[in-house]
Amino acid sequence: MQRVKTLTSKTLKNTMKKGGCGECQTSCQSACKTSCTVGNQTCENQNR
Amino acid sequence: MIHQYKSNGYNIVMDINSGAVHVVDDVVYDVVADYESCSRDELIDKLSGIYALSDIQEAVSEVERLKEAGELFAEDEYQDYVIDFKKRQTVVKALCLHIAHDCNLACRYCFAEEGEYHGRRALMSFEVGKKALDFLIANSGSRRNLEVDFFGGEPLMNWEVVKQLVEYGRSQEKEHNKNFRFTLTTNGVLLNDEIMEFCNREMSNVVLSLDGRREVNDRMRPFRSGKGSYDLIVPKFQKFAQSRGTKDYYVRGTFTRNNLDFSRDVLHFADLGFDKMSIEPVVASPDEPYAIREEDLPQIMEEYDRLAREYIERQKEGRGFTFFHFMIDLDQGPCVAKRLSGCGSGTEYLAVTPWGDFYPCHQFVGQEGFLLGNVEEGITNTAVRDEFKMCNVYAKEKCRNCFARFYCSGGCAANSYNFHGSITDAYDIGCEMQKKRIECAIMIKAALADEE
Repeated sequence: MQRVKTLTSKTLKNTMKKGGCGECQTSCQSACKTSCTVGNQTCENQNR
Repeated sequence: MIHQYKSNGYNIVMDINSGAVHVVDDVVYDVVADYESCSRDELIDKLSGIYALSDIQEAVSEVERLKEAGELFAEDEYQDYVIDFKKRQTVVKALCLHIAHDCNLACRYCFAEEGEYHGRRALMSFEVGKKALDFLIANSGSRRNLEVDFFGGEPLMNWEVVKQLVEYGRSQEKEHNKNFRFTLTTNGVLLNDEIMEFCNREMSNVVLSLDGRREVNDRMRPFRSGKGSYDLIVPKFQKFAQSRGTKDYYVRGTFTRNNLDFSRDVLHFADLGFDKMSIEPVVASPDEPYAIREEDLPQIMEEYDRLAREYIERQKEGRGFTFFHFMIDLDQGPCVAKRLSGCGSGTEYLAVTPWGDFYPCHQFVGQEGFLLGNVEEGITNTAVRDEFKMCNVYAKEKCRNCFARFYCSGGCAANSYNFHGSITDAYDIGCEMQKKRIECAIMIKAALADEE
């Protein structure tokens, strides 16, 4: 690609297969307590 | 769905359904904008007055290749998945323990009304806290990581019980194959060496409340006497932050209409030596003079842009810091199940009052219609719990077609309720700020990727 720099090609739909384990942090327990900030949480799935 | 924007010299194209993010040149940027509504010939015709034919053809080919790879114009395949997902048995994995409904500060914007949550002053007993931890263990299914935040009011006003509960939680880990992650949210007034040492051993994260510059902080975070808290607290927080080692901390502030130039407060934190911080917009009734108004949004947007540029500069100079709302994990971020279901309030996450009542989250505490049960009987109000279980991005009209839906996951239910009387609506001013922060966070990734 000459004209495109891809920062991530992550296809979210692949995470439907093994996602949902729930081991990740609850967003409001991290720092916010007043906004919902999910996109910055880290995945902790061991079997991803 | 595509979201495209220009920021700080970067042309950014986000493909919402796949999660792909691209930085593109001007030709591709314009091709993407009209790709779905125009044929190839129409595109060439439309853009030929601006770009050379070969450039347009090349750009169209690149867009086509990305589309074939599922990285542009990907379909939304999650609407049915969310229904299956929501039928599942939920487990509880996080508690916000209101260890003290009392406070030694009198912050003017406090949603807990100076710590008392529309009720009476109270401290949680060890017995109530122990039952809450037992409830969490018993209702957490196979989840190993359990989160417990000591919250208030001010939790250090009931410090002995905090220590006893940490000790009790640790004593249960092995038998039940659980790992407690304790956190503490404090205003710092009562911090001392003993408390810091204990927290550095036991608390995976501490959230340190401070609003920024002295005059900003002291205006909104005074003692009950009216005296400011900055001078007492800042040296303690600096010492605490430096002693955290590998464990996390966040200096966390609230900005209001009084300091719409809040980027200066973030940078003030950095200049005080903190490197992990968050500053969040106040959530307040619109009739409060310090509440953020719609007319403030242009200035707030400008402020986020200014902060983002400075964030990049400092990063490049080797004196970078972490701003909670600019953190974004594009590669190892949450799965779609998490992104759809949001914060988990009322299902995975509960708040516990000093006397053992359960609420969907700390912001609902004291609103009797949201009382879910208690530590003795568990969840008894299953109707409210089920309402929260169904609270996801597709249940919200405003979110369904919003580019930010997989990043904010539908936003805060409490904010939605406070402004619209429904947990499946959205707090519109909050949404605008959230969208801006996501755009800034991605632009920062683009700028830092340029450096590599």
